[in-house]
Amino acid sequence: MIPNNTYPTIEAEGLTRYFGPHVVVQDVSLKLHKGDILGFLGPNGAGKSTTMRMLTGNLAPDSGSVRICGSDLLDHPLEAKRHLGYLPEIPPLYKELTVDEYLCFAARLHGLAGASLQTALDRTKHQCELADVGKRLIGVLSKGYQQRVGIAQAIIHQPPLIILDEPTAGLDPNQIQKIRALIRELGKNHAIILSSHILPEVESVCNRVQIMHQGKLVLDDSMENLRQQNKHLEILFTRLTAGKIPVGEGM
Amino acid sequence: MMAFTLMNKEMKQLFASSLIWVFLAAMQLALAWVFLGRLNTFLELQPQLAQLANPPGVTEVIVSPVFSVASIVLLAVTPILSMRLFAEERRNHTLTMLISAPVSITAIVLGKFLALMLFFSLIPLLIVALAVSLLAGGMLDFGLLGSNLIGLILLASCFAALGLYISSLTSHPAVAALGSLGVLLGLWVMDLMAIGAENAIHHISLFRHFENFNIGLIDTFSLAFFLLFTATFLILTIRQLESERLNG
Repeated sequence: MIPNNTYPTIEAEGLTRYFGPHVVVQDVSLKLHKGDILGFLGPNGAGKSTTMRMLTGNLAPDSGSVRICGSDLLDHPLEAKRHLGYLPEIPPLYKELTVDEYLCFAARLHGLAGASLQTALDRTKHQCELADVGKRLIGVLSKGYQQRVGIAQAIIHQPPLIILDEPTAGLDPNQIQKIRALIRELGKNHAIILSSHILPEVESVCNRVQIMHQGKLVLDDSMENLRQQNKHLEILFTRLTAGKIPVGEGM
Repeated sequence: MMAFTLMNKEMKQLFASSLIWVFLAAMQLALAWVFLGRLNTFLELQPQLAQLANPPGVTEVIVSPVFSVASIVLLAVTPILSMRLFAEERRNHTLTMLISAPVSITAIVLGKFLALMLFFSLIPLLIVALAVSLLAGGMLDFGLLGSNLIGLILLASCFAALGLYISSLTSHPAVAALGSLGVLLGLWVMDLMAIGAENAIHHISLFRHFENFNIGLIDTFSLAFFLLFTATFLILTIRQLESERLNG
């Protein structure tokens, strides 16, 4: 049963992508509802970034479909992208703009204007602790600030679906704590896909986890389930992706 | 309209760099130099011109050559201005943000094109300002001035569309700049080579079509050629970006 008779926030089915003869992503599916925070894991080169590019409309899948809040990303891209906020691995920053100019641009891109834009700007700057750097050029900010501007850009229009690719990279431990708290807070009213290499981060923030290896999903489970079965994410990750011990054996 | 949001952003980025202001100043200096040179020539020739039955006016002697020089200057500056449009977005990984936003690729391309055109239209406006100063001492041929204005703006739109397309092909601004410069110089040289002969190249030469406007001739063929040239390269740019999404 789908709660409230609404669509899942994101529903991807059978995503497959070839680069030349190589299959990079094979038959990846995922489905998130409001309130889900999905930890999206995998070793480098497993196809995570390619999957994310397909989920955000930056790359067309060879087969499979993506629906965001019921709108098909391939058939109605503008409608689907309205519900999406995306922080790529390298934050997409215009270094010659000020933080305020940049965030206003990000908000306008998503159709905000006038009073609602100002409200969104103030709220987002407060959430990401950017209030005191609004007038400064992005190019002169430290890595931590730039990363937070990148996060702000992804959430300023309050999209139902937020996709964050390694959002805590380059932050100091205090900032990491704050960003994790922010993600948890956002997770109450949004669906979030969080890619990370820091397994404790995923364990502390996410309520679901998927692991990719060599283009395929090798694990799709809830954190609660894993905890109940007393499985440790780190051991599980090594076992599933190092490829030495066959999948499915007991702990 | 999303294209205007993007245009706005481009203008902010463009005018944030000091290069643009230096460039505008240098441009105006060069054009004013040519303008004063032509004015001098005109004053020297005036007694002889007065004896002719149908003497050329100030606009023809002074303003048209300035526009002609401006067309060559435009050729040299287009690559510098157009190189960053897509190549830099790609190098800084900001194109992802535009593609993930609910904005069509057409709007992205149009926004960038409009921003460049808005900037390019400053150049003819500066020339018009120079020309208007002649009103202090005589009459202007506003028809000729208008035809030059339209011609230069249309030529600029062709250059802008071409530069935009070449910028969309690469992720290195320098490569984009050299590519655009190469193609534009090629077009110019092609035009120079074809001088005199009743050559087929005349029909496809941007500069030959601009010359029509330069002498006050608004030819429908030239007008259509400029518009089609611009549209073709804008569509090619859109297709290039679309195919990138498909082919990775």
